[in-house]
Amino acid sequence: MKARAFSYFRATTIDQALEAHARARDDARFIAGGQSLVPALSLRLQAPRLLIDITHIEELRGVRREGGTLRIGALTRHCEMLSEPLIAEFAPLLHAAAPFVAHPAIRNRGTFGGSVALADPASEFPAMTLALDAEIEIAGPSGRRRVKADDFFIDLFETALQPGELITAIHVPLFKADQRFAFDELARRRGDYALVGCGIMATCTGDRVDDIRISFFSVGNTPTRVRGAENTLLGARLDAERIAAAQGVLEGDLAPPDSDEVPPAMRLHLARVLLGRLLGRLGEGA
Amino acid sequence: MSGFDETPLDEADETVRVRFVVNGRKVACEVAPRDTLVDCLRDKLELTGTHAGCEMGACGACLVQIDGRAVHSCLMYAVQADGAAINTIEGLTESGVLGDLQAEFHRRNALQCGFCTPGMLVTAQELLSRMTQPSRDEIRDALSGNYCRCTGYEAIVDAIDAVAKARSEGGGGA
Amino acid sequence: MSTPLTSLDRPNSYIGRSVPRPNAKRLLAGRGRYVSDLKLPRMLHAAFLRSPHAHAKIGSINTEPARGVEGVHLVATGEDLAKLCTPWTGTLDHFKGMTSAPQWPLPLDRVVWAGQAVVAVVAESRAIAEDALELIEIDYEDLPVVVDIDSARVAGGPLVNPGSANNTCFRSQLDSGTVDDAFAHAAHVVEEEFTFGRHTAVTLEPRAIVADYDPAAGALIVHHATQTPYQFQDLYSRHYGIPEARVRVIATDIGGSFGMKLHVYHEDMAVVGLSILLGRPVKFVADRMESFVSDIHARDHRVRARMALDAKGEILAMDVLDLTAIGAFSTYPRTSVVEGNQVIRLIGAPYRFRNYRATLEVIFQNKVQTSQYRAVGHPIACAVTERLMDMAASKIGLDPFAIRAQNVIPDDAYPQTSPTGYRFEALSHQACLKRLHEIMDYDGLRAEQADLRKRGIYRGIGIAAFVEITNPSPAFYGVGGARISSQDGAILSLTPSGEVRCMISVTEQGQGTEAIISQIVADQLGVAQEHVKVITGDTEVTPHGGATWACRGAGIGGETALQATRALKRNILEIAALILQEQPSALDIIDGEVVDAATRKPRLPIAEIARIAYFRSDTLPPGTQAQLTVSHHFAPQGYPFAFTNGIQGCVLDVDVETGLVKLLKHFIVEDCGRVINPMLVDEQLRGGIVQGLGAALFEECRYSDTGQLMNGSLADYLVPMPMEMPDIVIAHVETPTADTVLGAKGVGEAGTAAASACVLNAVNDALAPFDATINSMPITPAKVLKALKRL
Repeated sequence: MKARAFSYFRATTIDQALEAHARARDDARFIAGGQSLVPALSLRLQAPRLLIDITHIEELRGVRREGGTLRIGALTRHCEMLSEPLIAEFAPLLHAAAPFVAHPAIRNRGTFGGSVALADPASEFPAMTLALDAEIEIAGPSGRRRVKADDFFIDLFETALQPGELITAIHVPLFKADQRFAFDELARRRGDYALVGCGIMATCTGDRVDDIRISFFSVGNTPTRVRGAENTLLGARLDAERIAAAQGVLEGDLAPPDSDEVPPAMRLHLARVLLGRLLGRLGEGA
Repeated sequence: MSGFDETPLDEADETVRVRFVVNGRKVACEVAPRDTLVDCLRDKLELTGTHAGCEMGACGACLVQIDGRAVHSCLMYAVQADGAAINTIEGLTESGVLGDLQAEFHRRNALQCGFCTPGMLVTAQELLSRMTQPSRDEIRDALSGNYCRCTGYEAIVDAIDAVAKARSEGGGGA
Repeated sequence: MSTPLTSLDRPNSYIGRSVPRPNAKRLLAGRGRYVSDLKLPRMLHAAFLRSPHAHAKIGSINTEPARGVEGVHLVATGEDLAKLCTPWTGTLDHFKGMTSAPQWPLPLDRVVWAGQAVVAVVAESRAIAEDALELIEIDYEDLPVVVDIDSARVAGGPLVNPGSANNTCFRSQLDSGTVDDAFAHAAHVVEEEFTFGRHTAVTLEPRAIVADYDPAAGALIVHHATQTPYQFQDLYSRHYGIPEARVRVIATDIGGSFGMKLHVYHEDMAVVGLSILLGRPVKFVADRMESFVSDIHARDHRVRARMALDAKGEILAMDVLDLTAIGAFSTYPRTSVVEGNQVIRLIGAPYRFRNYRATLEVIFQNKVQTSQYRAVGHPIACAVTERLMDMAASKIGLDPFAIRAQNVIPDDAYPQTSPTGYRFEALSHQACLKRLHEIMDYDGLRAEQADLRKRGIYRGIGIAAFVEITNPSPAFYGVGGARISSQDGAILSLTPSGEVRCMISVTEQGQGTEAIISQIVADQLGVAQEHVKVITGDTEVTPHGGATWACRGAGIGGETALQATRALKRNILEIAALILQEQPSALDIIDGEVVDAATRKPRLPIAEIARIAYFRSDTLPPGTQAQLTVSHHFAPQGYPFAFTNGIQGCVLDVDVETGLVKLLKHFIVEDCGRVINPMLVDEQLRGGIVQGLGAALFEECRYSDTGQLMNGSLADYLVPMPMEMPDIVIAHVETPTADTVLGAKGVGEAGTAAASACVLNAVNDALAPFDATINSMPITPAKVLKALKRL
């Protein structure tokens, strides 16, 4: 389990990193936390000529308020999701999801930007960007741009990122007083990829749901918003009947793939159970 | 590592010189970019107390402290650690910072083959530096990425629990 | 010498005392010396190209580009190594009619499982060797693959070994009493088919070996992370034609073994050959991906079993068919049929009934070999028996404790012979049952369970009784022609400074072998434990012996040490008597001092005896030759095995919506005879139980239809981790064996033997309100949901 040989370059600015990628004719990978990339290289599933270390680029760091959003630098580590007060206050869904991301030592290295860029459909954070209606800030050869999380995840490990582009930050709307959130996942062991996981952000007036975004992970090729279920809940109260209705339409929202251990019907069943539990909690949290 | 121009793209396996502070001492070392930190520590620096168990971050045998935090040395290339302060089980032992944990692990036989033990100690130390009185569940959660095939974990949890209590009684914190 | 073995108030009494392991301090400081740490001058690294096919003919192999890689020293194929190494066959004579194909270090013409090593590369580094592997081209011609048990048994179906009549490795039958008659007249019959997934040992340190052949001396040194250095000394000597005296096997610290590190692995044999070809040290450490496809697997059984009972719940008979699939070869030198053999012989072992019939069928398939792994066969025998007991109890309306109390062999009824032919010296099922009932607070748990059910929480309570095989005699392997020793040897010296050095053939993998041997020596000689140094694991230093497997270290190794120490003590006291002008019988040794046996008055330090004997022998009476080094061998006699027993209990919750099981607490009452070090015994039990819990809920090697291992990484194969494991409550009953002075039996497998059966029973107990049952392990959420008809 030793990687094929590669060259290494440590960039200190975004431009340096982008230029290095271009010079390697895109036969390069950016490395931040590396917690997923390093095993892929060790298994020789990937073998780029060049590894570009972006962890020393200052511009990719830091969490700060920018108007109505929280700008979370791409290099923000998973452990900072637990320790950073701004996250706890303004993006509590990320704070709630963080303890479920792998294990403590992985959280010490893994980065938010890296996780979103990899877009593992079983990962917590990419799915949470959907629930949060986040925007992904991207730098690339053709300049800077922002992509809505809704438009970012395209297919299995495929995102809106073009060759040579990297995520610089993720912008999350600030959590407001009339909002509620819930997160949980079903996993066989602590830190495992979930059998099914889900995060919800809802805006409520009293008991009534004005807006709701429900995002699942480990249910298909990409993190998945369940719009049918969301629509069922809009304008409604989170009572048992309505929750059951939302569970009932999940089948139309999700098409879990076949896997050797978790058949699609089971995944769908677990998604229903989890959705019911989370909506129940959300209803109680009034 | 000043600029990209010098990067020898056609000679990927050429070694580069990296510098760390390992266990409190400055160390320079020639590594290939593909050498993981665990291989560098074990083979180049002969610090064999750090073990390779799965090479994919799933077992915790290779944990070391980098800039004060527990990190899998199998999930990092040595070149990435250039300039970092690294503590391994050898240095943590010599500095005495793990003394009470090691004594309690010994007293309770919280190890059998010993292969997971350095990683367990690194995790335990990090937990106790962040949380003075963790519950048993919190201890188990902190250890959730540390695999031990021998002990069944209970003695390890007991030992960390006992040290946490002793440390907070003895004036709190490490 | 008549002092009782466990009077803890006597000076230097270590037997029965929880003392920490002296050698653990090194490991805690990161100063272990594992084979994977080893670096020798001029050492090279081996890597293996593995077959992507489960069954294929090997066509041409092009190694030229690989040979050209800078830093590559050797590329070797099966043919290259077959010139040096004679083949081996994993059969034993006492398993009548068993077959297995001959094996070479690397295959000659056919690959028989996905992951089998085919070509070896030796290079300056492991990374360079892997670079070269990528350049090797092999033409494979696919052959039909035999994956599951059923297709393996279809007449006229694909064959693992073309040319053979079928895929059967071995068949065996037991039949005692009148089984058909008993079933015909039974008031109740319960019957079930059980499946047990394949799993594997997953030692944290993978297999590691450094072979160092010196052509000038014609000598081979192998640093080998193995439980059984003597066995490998013999095998390397015979298969490579090197005189035994010129083969040295050194086993230093080992990062876990559990039975997995005593089998012959193709890569290990190959590495010896590679070192011979190169005349340089060659190292191979399996990486984790390789471990999953090349370490032995275990279990993989399907058992159909039925039990007949009378109206009151008395067992009348059992009838069993065990099908087990073992991979493409039977493992050498212990075979792959021992597990099945132990399954059919251990079923029903705690209970008194006379009518028993069992058939074992061992089947080849295109997967990696299975063989002995912790608690060989026990978990299967236990789960089958104990689940049927619970099914019977429920059918008859008895409590699980009650039906067991009614059927276990009474504690005062020994010796007994089981219907499967096992001879039990003395067991304590009744005492253990009673004690478990107390420590679980069983009645309290049942009340709580009833309460929780009303609130929609489905708690399960399960118990499982077991019998464990320990201290094996030559009846285990020796009778079958295997050169696997059942005796042990020790060499014990009083050193010139009055300390004691014990070189003994049992080996250490962290269970505390060296600690308990030093306890026994210190106790029996009368010195402080810190003055006893124990040396293990080097064939050049320690005498030949069986080493450590099948729970024999304490019982056989411990007795060897005890007897050797008594011999040394006699010799020391003889010299002391000459010096002191006393009768030896009037003297004793306490705390390193020769004392007056009656008054305990110190007379002379043993260090002084050593000084005189080694440096001033001229002052001893003429004709005196002090013998301050003794050697002693001990082979078990009397009962062929020292059986142990115990019972476990567990409490868990089943989430009936998700199928997830949460373990809450586990209990064990265990009787391993004389307990030498209670703390180490408890740690063996805890570790063993957790391995059983892994099997119950998580562990399984899952294969595709084409014979590919689907989950061969530590991220995908689910080992038990800290968060999911419960705390474990332990109690002991002590029934020493009378076959030895020490009275110790083994304990390493007791935890694993019954833990999974307990969970199976508890999950079924939790599901009882739904009329849902599960009889397959691991108990995955999918199986639970299916049983609940939610899928």
